[in-house]
Amino acid sequence: MLLTSVRKLKSFGIIGMNQRNFGLVSKYNPRHLYPLVDDKLKTKMLAQKAGISVPKLLGTLHFQHDVKKLRETLEPHKQFVIKPVTGSGGKGILVITEHDHNFYYKPSGDSLRLSDIKRHVSNILSGLHSLGGKPDTVMIESLIQLDPIFSDYSHEGIPDLRIIVLKGYPIMAMLRLTTHASDGKANLHQGAVGVGIDIGTGSALHAVQFGNPVSRHPDTKKIFSELTIPHWDKLLPLAAACYEMTGLGYLGVDIVLDRDQGPMIIELNARPGLSIQVANCAGLVPRIAVIEALSSIDPDPQVRADFSKKNFSTTLRMLPPRKLRTRATDLVTK
Amino acid sequence: MQTRLRLYFIVILILCTGIGLILYKHLALGFPLLPDDKKFVWTIEAKIDYIAQGNPVIVSFTLPPKETNLTFMEEDFASSDYGFSELTSPTGRRAQWSKNIATGAQTTYYRLSLYENDWIADQPPTDPPLTPKQPEFDEVFKTAAVTLLEQVRAKSANAEIFTRELIKTLNSTSPNQNQRLLLSDHADDDYKTNLIVNLLALEGISARVVRGLYLEDGRRRQSLTNFVEVHDGQQWLLFDQSTGNSGKPENFLMWQRGGQSLLDVVGGTNSKVSFSIIRNVQSTRNLVVRSSMNKQAGLIDFSIYSLPIEQQNAFKMILLLPIGALIVVIMRLIIGIRTSGTFMPILIALALIQTTLITGIIMFLIVVSTGLLIRSYLSRLNLLFVARISAVIIMVIVIMASISIISNKLGLSQAMTVTFFPMIILAWTIERMSVLWEEDGPREVFIQGAGSLLTALIAYLFMTNRIVEYLTFNFPELMLVNLAFILILGQYTGYRLSELYRFHSLERRNVTNKR
Repeated sequence: MLLTSVRKLKSFGIIGMNQRNFGLVSKYNPRHLYPLVDDKLKTKMLAQKAGISVPKLLGTLHFQHDVKKLRETLEPHKQFVIKPVTGSGGKGILVITEHDHNFYYKPSGDSLRLSDIKRHVSNILSGLHSLGGKPDTVMIESLIQLDPIFSDYSHEGIPDLRIIVLKGYPIMAMLRLTTHASDGKANLHQGAVGVGIDIGTGSALHAVQFGNPVSRHPDTKKIFSELTIPHWDKLLPLAAACYEMTGLGYLGVDIVLDRDQGPMIIELNARPGLSIQVANCAGLVPRIAVIEALSSIDPDPQVRADFSKKNFSTTLRMLPPRKLRTRATDLVTK
Repeated sequence: MQTRLRLYFIVILILCTGIGLILYKHLALGFPLLPDDKKFVWTIEAKIDYIAQGNPVIVSFTLPPKETNLTFMEEDFASSDYGFSELTSPTGRRAQWSKNIATGAQTTYYRLSLYENDWIADQPPTDPPLTPKQPEFDEVFKTAAVTLLEQVRAKSANAEIFTRELIKTLNSTSPNQNQRLLLSDHADDDYKTNLIVNLLALEGISARVVRGLYLEDGRRRQSLTNFVEVHDGQQWLLFDQSTGNSGKPENFLMWQRGGQSLLDVVGGTNSKVSFSIIRNVQSTRNLVVRSSMNKQAGLIDFSIYSLPIEQQNAFKMILLLPIGALIVVIMRLIIGIRTSGTFMPILIALALIQTTLITGIIMFLIVVSTGLLIRSYLSRLNLLFVARISAVIIMVIVIMASISIISNKLGLSQAMTVTFFPMIILAWTIERMSVLWEEDGPREVFIQGAGSLLTALIAYLFMTNRIVEYLTFNFPELMLVNLAFILILGQYTGYRLSELYRFHSLERRNVTNKR
């Protein structure tokens, strides 16, 4: 069966694109707050003010003539990431892990010349990756160091953790692992593996690639069931705190784990996608219902994170994941 | 919830206004709902011939009454050198031609074109009957009449049956002596009509002469046919004096009611009138637009029809856009198809209308794929973004020009329509697809490209549908209905069709987990 029925999706509590746009994004996210997350520089400033750790900013380029100084800007740094400030969906991100005098190397080992990087930077500046093609700014960040816990689970890239935060409560999490197919990018559309993460413990639940279930990483063949996110107790409050920081009620928080500096926020998203439901093999609806039923929102991110841990843990079975009944179970209960 | 209620209120308001206006135009103004609705337009020409005596001439001719179920499109009183006036009196309209001095054979024409409004019922005349004037018959004649009437009266119960029986008796193939006397040998139609009217008067029944024309295509030198109209106490009934059948026959134009003359010529002799009839088929819509414009119906007077033809043609295209927009909304919100650029498919569909489908799609694919090839080279040239997109525009124009020129040389005139594609949009499409290719790989390009083409194709099929085209142009109010639909669709929060596929693996896993 290539198609499932509307009734079944409803019973799993799956949220569709229209429902997301209508019932979550436009309901919880006032439009005037979008620039806070669409502009990564602003997000970074906000996060720093709130005491949340972020990758170090190495430099910014605002104008076309800044491109001439690119070599001087890049020279002192061995490794760096070039990003458009208003890009979305990981577009326009260039990672350089190494460079000698003439060549810059991508994680895949491909070499680029300075002129290639200059072109990339000009493209970003003229708005190729920005929403609506507006002129953009380039930011250069320090490279995240791969946490050894993930070294067996990623291919040529840094995995990132997406946590959906509704009204300050983390409700669902997913780890995105880079693969050969995804060209080192943590983008599910391009073949990255999405691993559903239990909110209660930080351990892996399910994994999908291209929408199909997988149990091992396609490149390293490492089994996912042994994977548990470290610092989970620190991560959740960090994500929850982004609510106060931005004021957005429905937020996708992207976190990476740095070998040396621990969890860092790399990006916030006001319109997080729905693939997280596939990776978790669970719908968002029941969890949203729990949060929407709350009479007040606790001001302490730590308390909220604890609440989520208690309520949304799949392994603890506090909340039945879905109302799926087969004919066999029906007969038994009768 | 408040906003939702308000939205539904607005939607219903818009929907009612739209449908109401459509119904008004259809029911009150007679706009047909289908483009193929046709009507017969009759053009009748009355030719009046007479010999003038060299004196002042006045020709007076009865004109047909303007009945509610008929629309007179045009009346033409063409006669050179004649003064003309139209006189209206309680007994009907008359045309009057006059000339100071005329000699020899003269001809004047009266031309009328009309069509029947089938949405308005035929209404019988409502004027009250006059008390019948007793005819003056000589003794022998009167005896014969009274005998005949007695004979007819024996077989009848009311005025209607009496009239029918009387006509039948007078027309019987084996007339007795009385009937032969009454009809006499040289009886023409007018004599017979007068006889019937007189006999009915003798019986105390009001009756009058009605003259009319049978409308048949291609008839020439026709004359009016006499009918008898009888008042049965409640209403006027029409009888065919040669068969006794009652009721108005089909395709019969009532020309004259009552006894006054059809044609009077003062200062001329040998006057006669003959009619010729031609039938044309015309689209109802054109007729209605014309007559509504003439009547100054507000809705039509302040509408697209009042614009010059060129602008009307532009609007024909513009009014199709909402249909395309609706298709895009459905495809994206309900089906969940990804397109490159939200409304790019509509513009492609508009171009396809000009180029025809197959040629258009082939041309689109050629331009875009050639564009992508050249664009991939451009990306190596290290250009600034705005400069690059401008370069792509020029490139697109060059490709279009080459396609036109080459196809012209090869004798493929169809391919020259490539110019109808919106160049800027094509350039943007190429640029966006090229970036998409670099970042998300060819798969995404094909998905979005195919999605755009499919949407464009469906929009094209709807926009070229004759009925859709007809309705959007002639009922611009449909836009309101369309708007209401789009507002409702904007509230749709259910799953998209594509999501049933996207999440289908969940179902499998849920089942396996349980087991």
